[in-house]
Amino acid sequence: MKFVKTLTSGSLKSSACKGGCGECQTSCQSACKTSCTVANQKCENEKNK
Amino acid sequence: MIHQYSRNGINIVLDVESGAVHILDDLPYKILTYIDEENIAAECPAIVYKELTGYSDSDISFAYSELYSLYKKGMLFSKRDYNIPLQEEYPIKALCLHISHDCNLRCGYCFADGGDFMQGRKIMPYEVAKAAIDFIVARSGARKHLEVDFFGGEPLMNFDVVKKTVKYARSLEKEKNKEFRFTITTNGLLLNDEIIDFINSEMGNVVLSLDGRKKVNDSVRKTPNGKGSYDIIVPAFRELVKKRGGKEYYVRGTFTAQNLDFSKDVIHIHSLGFDQVSVEPVVLDKDNPMAIKKEMLPVIFKEYDELADKLITLRKKGDFLNFFHFMIDLEQGPCVIKRVKGCGSGTEYVAVTPDGDIYPCHRFVGNSRFIMGNVMNGFDTDKKISAEFAECNVLTKPECEKCFAKYYCSGGCAANNFNENGDIKKPHEISCELEKKRIENAIYIKAVEALQK
Ligand code: SF4
Ligand code: SF4
Repeated sequence: MKFVKTLTSGSLKSSACKGGCGECQTSCQSACKTSCTVANQKCENEKNK
Repeated sequence: MIHQYSRNGINIVLDVESGAVHILDDLPYKILTYIDEENIAAECPAIVYKELTGYSDSDISFAYSELYSLYKKGMLFSKRDYNIPLQEEYPIKALCLHISHDCNLRCGYCFADGGDFMQGRKIMPYEVAKAAIDFIVARSGARKHLEVDFFGGEPLMNFDVVKKTVKYARSLEKEKNKEFRFTITTNGLLLNDEIIDFINSEMGNVVLSLDGRKKVNDSVRKTPNGKGSYDIIVPAFRELVKKRGGKEYYVRGTFTAQNLDFSKDVIHIHSLGFDQVSVEPVVLDKDNPMAIKKEMLPVIFKEYDELADKLITLRKKGDFLNFFHFMIDLEQGPCVIKRVKGCGSGTEYVAVTPDGDIYPCHRFVGNSRFIMGNVMNGFDTDKKISAEFAECNVLTKPECEKCFAKYYCSGGCAANNFNENGDIKKPHEISCELEKKRIENAIYIKAVEALQK
């Protein structure tokens, strides 16, 4: 593309059918304890690795 | 829905529903503002040619065709065309264990009011901790990874029970097919070699509380007789991190209305030799002089921008600093189901007090309306309360549904919402504004780093 650089094509939609195993870390346990942020979390689903 | 913003000449577009992120030249960036999301034509609308003078017709039509092809590929103006399966009840797999409702500091902003959560100073007896472990094993269903955070007050004031609890939990792992992941949050005053070695071998993550510059830290994080804590804790934290061997840790500070120039505190913590840093806005009642108020937002926004710039400069020089709230994984973060469910308070995550009372999370402790049960009286919990929290997610909150940050923020903090608005579902405006700003910066850092490659 001439005018556009795509950083990521996004995988939110495809994650809907593969996800939901619930094994990943609870967000508030990581560092903050006063807010909820999931942007930085890792997926722990063995099947997605 | 898209979100577009520019920083230092870089035009960024986030396509909210797909999670796609693009960097655009000025021309397509301007064209975007003319596109009606509900009515996207294959040809560029005539008004664009008329209004964007200074660009050739062929460039305009080419730039539009690039945007249109992104749209066709589902990477721009995409819509949610799938269902996100949510349940009413979840296995409980994470515990905040209030191992000590006592503290050896008296921090001016403590939400636990000096560590006792307005319930009197108490430490958790081993029997209660043990019952809490049995509780999570019993209630976690098929979940394998269980998380237990030792919290307070100051958890090291009850270190013996911490040790015994870890040992007990580990003894169950094989038989019950569970893996415990322990974490601890400490102010560092009681750290010694034995405790450091124990933490480094058993805790998957350790959160070390330090607010930054000595003056900033010592004006708030004081001992009961009013002395600052900086000189005691900094050497202890350094020792712990040196011996940690690359395992996860965070030096975690709090900023208040008194140090809105907190990017200096982040940089100061880094200069002490720590590269995993989290500095968060204080949570306090509006009328507290240290509270963050709406009128301070522009100053804080500038500070986050500056911090992002400092981080980029550092990393360019080959140095490393990770700021918790600027971390973002654009490729392989958690699935969308996790992203809409959020923190899991009251559903997957609960807090247990020294008396064994179960609350939706550590920040609800002390408000009896939220007691869900007691681990000493059986493992059932109040279904009404957990259903209320399960219903509180990005998809059910109108403000969140419209918000570009929803899949990164995951719907904010129910406790902040409740304290501010008396409703766990009504977002706390200041927290939202800060979260959105941090996410913009997190994506901006990724964009700068991609362009440098
Ligand atoms: S920033 Fe606020 S409105 Fe946006 S998703 Fe988070 S809590 Fe909801
Ligand atoms: S309600 Fe707030 S403090 Fe409690 S677990 Fe969720 S994000 Fe954390």
